[in-house]
Amino acid sequence: MEPKAYILARESFEALLQSLKSRGYTLIGPTIRDDVLWYAEIQSVEDFPIGWTDVQGPGQYRLQKQDRDTLFGFTVAANTWKSFLFPPRLLLWRSKRTENGIEFEQPTRSIPKLALIGVRACELAAIQVQDRVFLQQEFVDPEYQARREQAFILAVNCGTAAATCFCTSLGTGPKASNGYDLALTELPDGKRLLIEVGSEQGDEVIQDLPVHPAKPADLQEAEQVIQNTVSQITRELQTEGLQTFLYAQYENPHWDEVAKRCLTCGNCTLVCPTCFCSTVEDRSDLSGDLAERWRTWDSCFSLEFTYLHGGPIRTSAKARYRHWLLHKLATWIDQFGTLGCVGCGRCITWCPAGIDLTEEVRSLQRLAHREVDHAKS
Amino acid sequence: MKQIKIPKLAVWKFTSCDGCQLSILDLEDHLLEIGQRIEIAYFLEASSRKVKGPYDISLVEGSISTPEEEETIHKIRKQSKFLIAIGACATAGGIQALRNFRDVAEFQKIVYPNPEYIETLKYATPISHHVRVDLELRGCPINKTHVLEVISALLIGRKPSLPHHSVCIECKKRGNPCILVSKGILCMGPVTSAGCGAICPAYNRGCYGCFGPSESPNLHAFISLAQRLGITNSTLIHALRSFNAFADSFREASIYLEASEES
Repeated sequence: MEPKAYILARESFEALLQSLKSRGYTLIGPTIRDDVLWYAEIQSVEDFPIGWTDVQGPGQYRLQKQDRDTLFGFTVAANTWKSFLFPPRLLLWRSKRTENGIEFEQPTRSIPKLALIGVRACELAAIQVQDRVFLQQEFVDPEYQARREQAFILAVNCGTAAATCFCTSLGTGPKASNGYDLALTELPDGKRLLIEVGSEQGDEVIQDLPVHPAKPADLQEAEQVIQNTVSQITRELQTEGLQTFLYAQYENPHWDEVAKRCLTCGNCTLVCPTCFCSTVEDRSDLSGDLAERWRTWDSCFSLEFTYLHGGPIRTSAKARYRHWLLHKLATWIDQFGTLGCVGCGRCITWCPAGIDLTEEVRSLQRLAHREVDHAKS
Repeated sequence: MKQIKIPKLAVWKFTSCDGCQLSILDLEDHLLEIGQRIEIAYFLEASSRKVKGPYDISLVEGSISTPEEEETIHKIRKQSKFLIAIGACATAGGIQALRNFRDVAEFQKIVYPNPEYIETLKYATPISHHVRVDLELRGCPINKTHVLEVISALLIGRKPSLPHHSVCIECKKRGNPCILVSKGILCMGPVTSAGCGAICPAYNRGCYGCFGPSESPNLHAFISLAQRLGITNSTLIHALRSFNAFADSFREASIYLEASEES
């Protein structure tokens, strides 16, 4: 069955936001802070980066004003939705020493109902990757689950692509195919939004709005927007046979070359929408009677990440970069049944050194082929 | 790490500005409790009361810069069970280690009318160059919460939780976009140890490197990226030669840049 599709006037977009608010949702959407696009709490369409776009490249990011008043004329923000579903810092429990022994207390917190406004197809794919990690394994993460289950997802099909985008190589975008409550396409006239319904909750919200059913011509127009975006995507990651190929590349000399450029700063892992690693820190106060356990984001680029008895096991930058890339593109498949990369390009843009995993994979392939040729001759 | 009962604490000062000691005194809300849990046996910045050693914990501020200091630090080591070097001076030589890159005798002649009265060492060096150091707290100044963390940990015999990874990790956890990428501002974050909470990038200023090199800094890559951003070698040398100028990787990088400037 074709998803239900409607047309909403651009000027009524505010009504959509307010309808979500009136249902008790806190709106998280795109806004501008410190010269970057950033997902944060918003109140109304006034907070939107209207008419702004982003120019991204390896290790480079700039905002630019366009001559069109687009609502979503940019690509992915500098931060990720995971900051809201998988917070960077979280108190797990407290304990207190009493006369009767140690008492444990779980923090009581009210978990807000979040409406995520403007989730891109690649980002939606990333959320689904994290769902596999946090919800579909033997142990379920209750904190992620509580946030995820309540969240309303308003997806946006991309009307533009950045130079760092490569969702088409991974089949994750630029059109959201499932997992959303509503999905929106901004039509080229700038006056109409095509909205597709993906869930009952989405359907309920639509009933509040001044919409009319989309005509086949509207759907065609929306499809044209997507095709136009597809044609803008130039970056590529060849995924066929990639896992098998990478498993044979542990000794590829190219890792040494990447290691020369890698700062081991960890930025790639923290801006990645699928990276899920965390560590726990135990704290106690001066009295020694009160203790707290905190969970915080961790990165496989830190030495402590692999600290075992006697020391860390991945000391070189080469070992750490290789581990990260192999996890994203190979071992992740064995572990969770999908790739760990969705093609959003954040690790490329936000690597201060501009290391580009698509380029590194090509270099690995080139060197491997050269060795094969060498062996044949 | 052994559990310490009713420990005696001493705070020592060598060549330094006293800022790290002031950071300890800045633990206002916790000072009374610290005073109850441990005996503050020697802390001249806070009190003229002196209790003789040995001491369970010694916090050492400052670099070793004079022949007298060189002798004293060995005496302190002998009296201390657990010796913690605190701050950039004690862990890397501090700002005064800038003299290590030039001829100290020349400085003496320029600065003092009677340089013959000055007794100084050729190099200002961190405590670890002279005696065994059990733990280092980085920073110019130190983060007072690290002092609290270390004391709390030692009191119950657990490992203190201190970061050694890059400022970037702390910066992203705080929710800052990377200003190196978005603004092209020189930021030492990718090669600097976390610990400050990424204060400067949070206010759109590049990291100054107060906490010294991170656990695995790649200065070669850092220099390349700075050059790509159009940052001049002399700006970079200045950035590397601040509070932690004499820390190994920062020192080597600035000497390398200086040599390439001259050639």
